[in-house]
Amino acid sequence: MNRTLYDKLVDAHKVCDLPDGDMLIYVDFHIMNEYTSPQAFSGLDTKGLDVWRPEAHLAVVDHVNATRSSEPHDAASKLLIDNLEANCTKHGIAFYGLGDPRQGIEHVVVPEQGLVAPGMLIACGDSHTTTYGAYGALGFGIGTSEVEHVLATQTLRYKRMKTMRVTLNGETAPGVTAKDIIMKVVQVLGAGGANGFAVEFAGSAIRGLDMAGRMTVCNMAVELGARAALIAADEITESAMQGHPHSDQFAFTDETWVSDPEAVFDKEFTISGTDIEPLITWGTSPDQSVPITANVPIASDYLTPEAKAALGRSLQYMGLSEGQSIKSIKIDTAFIGSCTNSRIEDLREAAKILEGRHVATGVEAIVVPGSAMTRLKAEAEGLRAIFEAAGFEWRPEAGCSMCLAMNDDIAMDGERVASSTNRNFEGRQGRGARTHLMSPAMVAAAAVAGHLADVRDFK
Amino acid sequence: MKDKQITKTIKGIAAPLPLANVDTDVIMPKRFLITITREGLGNGTFADLRFDTAGGQRQEFILNKAPWTQASILVVGDNFGCGSSREHAVWGLRQLGIDACIGTSFAGIFYDNARKNGLALPVVSPATRDALLQFANDARAGEISIDLEKRTITAGKLSEPFEMDDATQTSLIRGCDDTLDSLDYAGAIRDFEARLNNEMRIRVFK
Repeated sequence: MNRTLYDKLVDAHKVCDLPDGDMLIYVDFHIMNEYTSPQAFSGLDTKGLDVWRPEAHLAVVDHVNATRSSEPHDAASKLLIDNLEANCTKHGIAFYGLGDPRQGIEHVVVPEQGLVAPGMLIACGDSHTTTYGAYGALGFGIGTSEVEHVLATQTLRYKRMKTMRVTLNGETAPGVTAKDIIMKVVQVLGAGGANGFAVEFAGSAIRGLDMAGRMTVCNMAVELGARAALIAADEITESAMQGHPHSDQFAFTDETWVSDPEAVFDKEFTISGTDIEPLITWGTSPDQSVPITANVPIASDYLTPEAKAALGRSLQYMGLSEGQSIKSIKIDTAFIGSCTNSRIEDLREAAKILEGRHVATGVEAIVVPGSAMTRLKAEAEGLRAIFEAAGFEWRPEAGCSMCLAMNDDIAMDGERVASSTNRNFEGRQGRGARTHLMSPAMVAAAAVAGHLADVRDFK
Repeated sequence: MKDKQITKTIKGIAAPLPLANVDTDVIMPKRFLITITREGLGNGTFADLRFDTAGGQRQEFILNKAPWTQASILVVGDNFGCGSSREHAVWGLRQLGIDACIGTSFAGIFYDNARKNGLALPVVSPATRDALLQFANDARAGEISIDLEKRTITAGKLSEPFEMDDATQTSLIRGCDDTLDSLDYAGAIRDFEARLNNEMRIRVFK
């Protein structure tokens, strides 16, 4: 009894070894979106192949759709959306399209529908599929050729990865969220720090998170390079699985989907949860973050010429100066949304900051609930009224929107965005757009202040 | 095996791209992703680095300078291909004429996407990468040769080993179609499914 949770999941899904060193691994559930699947379906057509098991797939429109209305904003996005629907109709695959009450960001929709359970293996043509590790399920992103492979065979070619455990001890301080926890891990381990590893998150600061928080942590683990992220199933997992449309499909077995006490990991890291502060990214890689109370780094903080050059390049793109106070950075836009932070819990946290306050003059503030169901729930709880009274634009439709700007929510050249999303890459939110990643409550605080601000100053 | 081609050696001019954490948003900006085909992505590859906002070539970018306009190999910084799963990044690199990227580490999804499209990603030590960067920086240095069978890179007097797992090596050399090859195991997949309990057989009804 010394297996890690990751090894148990791989063992449970191994179909057979292949002669070249790979294995075939069985995919219990496969999710698709409209932009990474079209070429997979056309690949099936070219090769004359059928879908192996249509009832094990779900397609959701989320990446390219406008969130201002339920109509596509242009012909190109309409083509992608219509193409996905036609492919699903042809192959008998479930499709949640625009206007469907179940539609939303795929990684928000799936847990909401009760389609994830501990022990499952879930693949999706989206890197943030690591989200499902929060349930003790093995979720990982795949490319379009692999989407074709899953459609045709219900399996993937797979190589077992090395294992890493990141333990977050202690309790986090007030104002510190799951977003800050994972941003801290990314800052410490680096953007490629877990390449080749499946990462299990453990420790009291993780156990203390609700399921939404655990999903935020596992979601952004891909920014470490982790192809899979896991959190052991427990009673919080069990209770989160109840009450959804598909909950009756799955039974909960919590003894199974945890690492054995004697399990040995290839790498171990321990980070103090107690010492984590609310974090902000200042650069163009998710590992370039500092506490909100700090300053932008200076060249002498770095040892190598390459690192100094990287700092200079990031600061030039971001329009910042070495040593500048983080709180002095003025923002143009505040964006709350994405598969990382658009769940009802995220909206509640942001609304707490916004209640009785107003967005600063000149700041455009947008909130895009993660799914149609999340939006309706938030409206019923009165959150929409709070956001709108504070000057936020409440979007009537769900989708990825300005997280990656594949729809019409594109930040302008030089526009500075306080964003509850997952990537601050150059050009991510629009060509020349400047992204600062932070928790949704910190986005709300920045929107009110007009500059990056400390959520702990908003009592 | 339904082999398409046999590629044992990749040879060509190498361009240095030493930046760390080059993500797939940079390799293939999202405005090129609104498509249902794999084609037409060559111009999108590194678009914001290659072209200014008016569409003019940025002369300072390495792939816009001779002899690197002819490059078929990139020597890249750590953690190349991180971020989004978009295979469009790999399709675009191939359509730009890139056959290999040599680096110290690659993001996992990018690595698998590369294999599916005949893009070789030899993994070398930081010291070898730095030596290859220096070689690639010299406009008169000549070609780099990557021997996939022997897992060796030759650049001038330099000859260094690289890492590549067996399955990826086989796939690159033979140009395999993984989907068709895996269907040879349809019987094993059916046997596995027969053992699944009801709870693991997800049913996503419309």
